[in-house]
Order: sequence, then structure tokens, then C-alpha cells
Amino acid sequence: MTWLLVAAGDAGEPWWIAVIKSLIVINLVLFGFAYLTLVERKVMGRMQLRYGPNRAGPYGLLQPIADLVKLIRKESFFPAAAIDSLYILAPFLAAFTALTTFSVIPWGPGWEIAGYQVNGYIADLPIALLLIFAVGSIGIYGFIVGGWASDSKFSLLGSMRTCAQLVSYEVSLALSVLGVILMAGSLSLVDIVAAQEAELWYVLPQIVGFVVFILAGTAETSRAPFDLPEAEQELVAGYHTEYGGMRFGLYSMSEYINLITLSALAVTLFLGGWHGPWLPGPIWFLLKLFVLLFFFIWMRTTLPRLRYDQLMRFGWKVLLPVATINAVVTALLVVWI
Amino acid sequence: MQPFGTLKGFGVTFKHIFKKPITQQYPEFKRPVYPRFRGRHRLHRHANGLEKCVGCSLCAAACPADCIRVVAEENTPDNRVSAGERYARIYEINLSRCIFCGYCELACPFDAITLGNEFEISEYSRDDLIYTKDMLLAEPIKRIPVQDPVLFDTPIPAYKRES
Repeated sequence: MTWLLVAAGDAGEPWWIAVIKSLIVINLVLFGFAYLTLVERKVMGRMQLRYGPNRAGPYGLLQPIADLVKLIRKESFFPAAAIDSLYILAPFLAAFTALTTFSVIPWGPGWEIAGYQVNGYIADLPIALLLIFAVGSIGIYGFIVGGWASDSKFSLLGSMRTCAQLVSYEVSLALSVLGVILMAGSLSLVDIVAAQEAELWYVLPQIVGFVVFILAGTAETSRAPFDLPEAEQELVAGYHTEYGGMRFGLYSMSEYINLITLSALAVTLFLGGWHGPWLPGPIWFLLKLFVLLFFFIWMRTTLPRLRYDQLMRFGWKVLLPVATINAVVTALLVVWI
Repeated sequence: MQPFGTLKGFGVTFKHIFKKPITQQYPEFKRPVYPRFRGRHRLHRHANGLEKCVGCSLCAAACPADCIRVVAEENTPDNRVSAGERYARIYEINLSRCIFCGYCELACPFDAITLGNEFEISEYSRDDLIYTKDMLLAEPIKRIPVQDPVLFDTPIPAYKRES
């Protein structure tokens, strides 16, 4: 069990507390995903003068459960020409990596419960930020392999678009975070949150980085207006065209969890993490998280999809130079001030 | 101005959250249909109780979907069903085939068959969609309100009336 001790950051808590915490966090994230879909449909509905789902349970509150039951009961078909092993494994890979990345995000100060030390994070890695980007990049394999293995033109086109878009925007995303890393002097998310509490929220000095992060993050999670990988009008559904039932559910889940993780990362890096007056840490964390998620939903309702050349031009000619200049200027300021 | 236009769009979507949705909640609220709406068929009777249908099969001949089946039989003095010489012993409409074009209504020389207002005619089985004569003759359950004929049942189309 030494590896679990390492995973727990060797921070004075027994390994089994980390296991319990990760169970709780995984279930909370899954719960958050389920109800994020409902919130998204409700908010989008109200913005479009509709009600959104309101039939399953009071105010449609049981809608995610109804969706889940429907997806699980569906037949798990797959195309005759698909490469079975890859086709089946790809959604699991996507969902697994999406869930994994949440482990390094701190959500509270840590407590002392019944004499045991309980930290406000599952793992405090010295390279947490790198881990998030690395695992996120592995998750992209899930999307690409799934689309390619299902042997359909629409899936393949969706995969190719996903591939091109993620490659274009991953660079800007990583560069936009560089300013925060330079200011905090650490890659550990716990340290970054602590540094923001000591100085100020990095959204103020790093406003350019924040905007670039949000824009590139929207593209990374392929949400409107950057939802070209699954443009319904052209591509049926993108890389998961040939998926049905719970396999599609896993893809959908990984997309939404990626969005939650990205928002959580934005909260941690730019909005002071779980810090805030009066209320306890986790509540503040959830509040900030919800504001960001609401913004993503809001943006989806407001903006139409970009054209493909607009997407590429925006990524390479606008976001990348801005992120680079931001990183360079931050580096100079950090050295000279 | 591009960026300000985008911001204005955000404002519009946000404002709409607080407006009342225009959705009509269907099973609770049923939107009235127009008076000439073509829904489920009805067979009619004369005021003295005799059926108007004389079993001439013109409706079946006019039907483009071929969904009407009429089998006629002679009226006898001790079994008088319709006002004419013959009556429809079997009158069936397969509503899973029907396209609700209303040609049967046009073809009928005695106005025996008309298309009513009901559109809630889903069933769990295809067999249940074959309506027999008894079902078509029976007074249908009033589910759908009809809109004001004075307002809507005019020979002038609505798009011309407005301007």
C-alpha cells in the first residue's frame, strides 16, 4: 500500500481515508454530471422561452435518472465492420481519464475528523497541473480511437475534427496557464491556491490568461461555439455517431465531466480555489464552479458555431499569440519586480 | 461592432431567463383545432335514427390510401338500417393507413362520413387502429375544443385577411 501513501501525498492521513474520499468525490462528480445535464437543459430552455424537461418528477428533477435508466436498458449494438476491442475500450478510456483528472483539484482546507487528518484534496502532486493536461491528452485518444474504430465516415470525420481542434487549442490552453505557474512558482494546485490566498486572485493580474483559458477550454471540451467535432448539422453526431446505449452515455459523461474539471481548474487557478469569506471552503468552491458552468451554458445558448477556417484562424492567429505574449510578459514582470 | 454585438447577444439570452416561456403544456392544455381540421372519421345518422350511409363504396373508391372497406347488403322491411336501398353491413377504416385527406368526405353523396376533430388516436396495437362501424357511429369523446368558426371558417385565407 505504499503507492497509495504516495498518491495521498504523504500528508499525514491514513491511506484508507484517501480511498473513502476518492469514492465520495467520484460519486459527487458523477452526480454533478447528471444534474449538470438537467441544469443545462433547463437554463437553455428558459433562455429560449421554453420550460426544459419538467415531466419526470417535480420540476423534472428525476430526468437524469430517467435518462440513465433509458441508456442502460438500450441494446449495446456495434457496427459489423467496427474493430471490436478498440470500439468497446474507447469510451471507457475517455470516461476513466475524465474521472481521474478530478483527483488533484483541492476543494477545502482539510479537517480533523475523529482524530484523523482529512485533507481537502485526494492527492497533492508536485506536478498536478502537468498531470491534468497529460491525462486529459490521453482521454483524447478515447475520442479519436472510438471514432476511427467504428468504421463510419461521419465518425472518422468527427474524430479528425476533434484531433485537429484539440491539437490547435491544447497549445493555447497550456500557455495561458503558464502565467499562473510563473506567479505561484509551483505546479501543485494546492500551492497555487495557497499563493492566491496570500496575494490576490490571479484572475486580476492574469485576466488575459483567464480569458484565453476559458476560450481554449471551451474548444478543448468541444462546446458551442467551438463544437465542430460534433456539429449535428454536418456530421450527425461526430465521433460517437455509431455509439448507442451506455457507451454513448460514457462519452457524454466524459464530455460533461471534462467540462466540470475544466471549470474546477479555472476556479483553482484563477478564482482563488476554495477560499472565500464566511462560508466553508467546499461551498465556495461549488459556488464558483457553478458560476463558471452557468457561463459555459450561457455561452452555448448565445453564440452560433464557428466555421472551420474561423476556428483555426482564431486558434492559431489570435489565441496563441495572445497567450504567448501573456506568458512572456508575466515572466519578465515576475523576474524584474 | 463585432465584440459589442456579441456582448449584446449575451444580454439578450440572459434577459430571456426571466420571461415567461411561451410553451403550451400539451396534455394539460389542448390547443383548439380549426373548425375544418381533418381528424378521426365519423359516420352519421338521420334524425329518425337511420344511417346515412347506403353502402355505395364511393368513399372506398376515392380513398388514395385504400384504407376503407365497405360490404353492402340489401335493406329488408323487417331490417331497415339505412334510408336507401342498401346499407353498409361492414364499414371499416384502417386508421393506421389513413392519410386524413378528406376525399371520402368529398366522395360521399349523402354526407354520411365526415372527418371530425379528434387527433389523439394513438393505440398500442395496430389492430386497435381498425375502426369498425360501431366505433365510427358512436358519439366520440370530446377531447379537443374547436376554435371559433366565425373567426376561422371563412373563405378568405388568413394571410389575405391581415393586410
